[in-house]
Amino acid sequence: MSATPIQRSVDDATRGGRPRLLFDPWLLLAAAGLVACSAITLKGATRTLVPNSPYYFVERQVGFAVVGVVLMFLIARFDYSRLREFKYGLYGLLIGLNVLVLGFGAVSHGSRRWIPLPFFNLQPSEFGKVLLVLVLSAFVVDRSRYLGDRDTTARVMLLTLAAAALVMVQPDLGTALVYVAIAMAVLFVAGSPGRHLGGLIGLFSVATVLVLVVAPALGVHPLHQYQVDRLTGFIHPSHDPASSSYHINQSLIAIGSGEKTGRGVSHATQTGLRFLPEQRTDFIFAAVGETYGFAGAAVVLSLYALLIWRTLRIITLAKNLFGALIAGGILAMLLWQVFVNVGMTIGIMPITGVPLPLMSYGGASVFTTFLALGLLQSIHVQGRIAQGSKGRALVLS
Amino acid sequence: MIGQGNNDDRRTPITPQMAMRVAILGGIAFALFGIVFFRLWFLQVLSGDQYLAQASSNRTRSVVIQAPRGEITDRNGTPLVENRRAVDVMVTPSKLPADGPKRHAYLVRLSKILGLSTKPETCSTGPSATADNTPRMDLECRIDRGVFQIPYADVIAATDVSPAVYGYLAERADEFPGVSSEQVYLRSYPEKTVGAQLFGTVGQISGPELKQSHYRGVKGGTLVGQSGLEYSYDQYLRGVNGAQRIQVGADGRATGAQTTVQPKAGNDLRLSISAPLEAEGQRALATGIQLAQGNGNPADAGAFVALDPRNGQVLGMGSAPSFDPNTLPKLTTKQYDAEFPRTNETPSLNRALDGLYPVGSTFKVVTAAAAMAAGKITPSTIYDDSGTWRNGPQVRHNSGHAAYGPTDMLNAFRYSVDTYFYQLGQDLNVDPTTHPNGGALQSWARRFGFGSPVPIDVPQQSTSDGIVPSPAWRNNRNREQIACDADLARSQRDPHYKRHFRGVCAYSDGRTWSLGDNVSLAVGQGDFLATPLQMAVAYSAIENGGTIVKPHVGLQVTDSSGGILSTVPNGTVRRLDIPNLSAIQQGLHAAASEQGGTSADVWRGFPSKYQVYGKTGTAQHGLEQPDQAWYVCYIPDPVRPIVIAVTIERGGFGAQSAAPVARLIASQWFGVKKVVRAGSSDTL
Repeated sequence: MSATPIQRSVDDATRGGRPRLLFDPWLLLAAAGLVACSAITLKGATRTLVPNSPYYFVERQVGFAVVGVVLMFLIARFDYSRLREFKYGLYGLLIGLNVLVLGFGAVSHGSRRWIPLPFFNLQPSEFGKVLLVLVLSAFVVDRSRYLGDRDTTARVMLLTLAAAALVMVQPDLGTALVYVAIAMAVLFVAGSPGRHLGGLIGLFSVATVLVLVVAPALGVHPLHQYQVDRLTGFIHPSHDPASSSYHINQSLIAIGSGEKTGRGVSHATQTGLRFLPEQRTDFIFAAVGETYGFAGAAVVLSLYALLIWRTLRIITLAKNLFGALIAGGILAMLLWQVFVNVGMTIGIMPITGVPLPLMSYGGASVFTTFLALGLLQSIHVQGRIAQGSKGRALVLS
Repeated sequence: MIGQGNNDDRRTPITPQMAMRVAILGGIAFALFGIVFFRLWFLQVLSGDQYLAQASSNRTRSVVIQAPRGEITDRNGTPLVENRRAVDVMVTPSKLPADGPKRHAYLVRLSKILGLSTKPETCSTGPSATADNTPRMDLECRIDRGVFQIPYADVIAATDVSPAVYGYLAERADEFPGVSSEQVYLRSYPEKTVGAQLFGTVGQISGPELKQSHYRGVKGGTLVGQSGLEYSYDQYLRGVNGAQRIQVGADGRATGAQTTVQPKAGNDLRLSISAPLEAEGQRALATGIQLAQGNGNPADAGAFVALDPRNGQVLGMGSAPSFDPNTLPKLTTKQYDAEFPRTNETPSLNRALDGLYPVGSTFKVVTAAAAMAAGKITPSTIYDDSGTWRNGPQVRHNSGHAAYGPTDMLNAFRYSVDTYFYQLGQDLNVDPTTHPNGGALQSWARRFGFGSPVPIDVPQQSTSDGIVPSPAWRNNRNREQIACDADLARSQRDPHYKRHFRGVCAYSDGRTWSLGDNVSLAVGQGDFLATPLQMAVAYSAIENGGTIVKPHVGLQVTDSSGGILSTVPNGTVRRLDIPNLSAIQQGLHAAASEQGGTSADVWRGFPSKYQVYGKTGTAQHGLEQPDQAWYVCYIPDPVRPIVIAVTIERGGFGAQSAAPVARLIASQWFGVKKVVRAGSSDTL
């Protein structure tokens, strides 16, 4: 990449003038590329969904993305470090919105996840991911001297699980698991002792076994049957083609039938004839796989790889621990969602309602992702400015 | 705005530990992406073919498109049998839950939605030897019967289903495995009960039918004609079903269609039937039955045939009681079985074709022709009637013990003098040992077409050839009776023999041929049996000078644009040379027009432009049984001549119930004011 804009920005900064936005163009490029991929896929998959307006979903998705990009630039202009002061307020917001949704949310597919707003549906559990990243990062920074204490790890997990529990009763198991992934990443980047993290992983394993195996055996059913079926369905997909593993089978057929270069929009019958469920949201990657084949899927995955790489780099560029932790939390959020979602469509992960960032149709997910990207850009900008003001140029790229 | 001076911010240069953690995170990300790429490669590149095949089978479904059957119209193009679109709900037996309570509960739910009875009823699934007759509800009965008839085929669970019902099923396709709907054409009969037996019924081709040459080339599931004209002209009417490959969405509903074979509609059939005459005939039969009932006769059935005597074109043919075939598809299995029992003869029996009756005095034309041909009499031969005919111990009287004095042929027909014809029966009797097939009376009866099936283009029952009794016939019946008695005796001794036993033995009383048999035959009594159609054919020969016509109901087969594809030819069975035929004709004319004629009062007031030649008949069935009323007549119009044969079962005297029916039919045919005028004659 060219160092020219950075150099100029650094110059601007050192001159004491109003600094330009020292954003990461590759991060923006990856995001723009994914939005483009989403629009192209939606164009094919949803062209017959709304009578007389074949571009309904494409237009809305691009609209969400444009608003999201504006949001991202706005956030990038602010110093994220200020947000540390509002950590209690942010946590209150996280909990409050998720309680609110239980009372006022709209029911869809048996879940209560959204608060209907004029332009889009506010999905507090989505928005909450970014809030949780900020809250946990701020909390860990405050206790960075006591990271070795079991107390710190326990409190972080307590904060996380309280929020995750609220999400889980909506019920939205997938997002609740994202929360846990974020907490683990923040602790890891902060440098929590390995034994704490290992212990947590062990704890979660035991909990999973309890919930899925031991509790039902004792007559207690902490999860809905459909959740159990989905979590275990991917292990034996052809068990009952018409019910719980239907999604997995249809998704596998869709992706597999795409072969190397895809079947094209008009021949993608799994998508076009709606055998593929939730094809514009959770299973959009299967639509990509069927319509554009391995080539198309590889392009999308490469863009995610680019996104992840830039995020990793931003961890190292952060001017303070808070920034590094935020970047680490966002990294976990993105990586987890991509892997769980794509893994679900290719039959290696259980079915959970986790959207594919920037690809899945939906305002809440797009805004949340751009919010996160805005924070990353802010960290990048602040890092660059800090480097510039100290006269140091750490060039990693 | 850019907060650089926050004191809490601590500068965190990249420590080796942090670098390590970032590297670990990067490693995890790399591993995860690696797994995803590897899996994608496996799915899309290595196993792609297999998934592509699955995707293809996912999306297409082959569906049969039913071809509409041809329409049937009368001679002027008035529709008699049409098509209307309807929706059938089909059940694929193999996709239903396996036998057991689950299947039963499922079918109960489906029955309730389809409005079928869920009460267990007796159900016969096939021939009695193999059938499982345990009671079951209607839908189960249909399915089991369907599986028995054609294994692996879909079964029609309900036909002509309302949009609300199939909409309900379609929305819940996943709750109703094995249930599908199909657009079908149902037969529609604008004239309802009129001609129902003649037109016949249609139905899905059955297993045994598939093997018949009549249905050669027909695929399973096709709607074919199974009786009446629908059967005999099936090859023209049925058309060829199309096939459609339909793209279906995940919910099983069609999302796009690609027709591979268009259905080919059946050709239309134009009949020689006149729709107004056909309808009037059906109404007139009801009137005749009422008249008979008014005279205290328990009449309940009847039939009529109207022929063009020149060419055998059937102008009308009807049978009462009738049924409304529009209601057939809606009948439950039980109702259908009750309406159309396989052994009983009502009301699906076409009595005009298949009703076998003694014909009484209407037979006298044959006796007269035979006697003249045999040189026994001339028209002017006088028989001195004392009211009683005697031969040794045998004594027979005229009806009502009337005595007509010296009688020639004209008056014998005019008053229907029985003794005159008894004497002819005696004169025509022959020695049974030298003439096992009888004499002139039998041979002329056969030449008029009795005793053999009428070669008509409508399927008839095997018994519809009727009976012309002769010494040989009687001996044959006696032999059957003896054989039957032996069977009966053996079956009583040996229980295993029962299934060979033919039933009740009622072939004959064991008598050999006697003079009385011939005397009875001379007046259409005794063992003689004929159908109304046979009578109409015989009287056609009287009208047209001796030609036994080949009657036909079909006239033309036309394609949908009206182009004539084939014409049903007029035919002649044989020509008779009847000496002094005009004497018989004059006798019939006198009976229908002159003072004292048996049916003269029936035709009073009928325009003289149309001269009626007619004969009443009142046939005795046996002791205590009400008589069979007959009337056969013709009106030799140069443009539109017509022969009408009418019979009323248990209708009493022919002049009082059958003849008025003929007048109503003739009135319709010639456009004359319809007057119901019951005759007073009580002759036989």
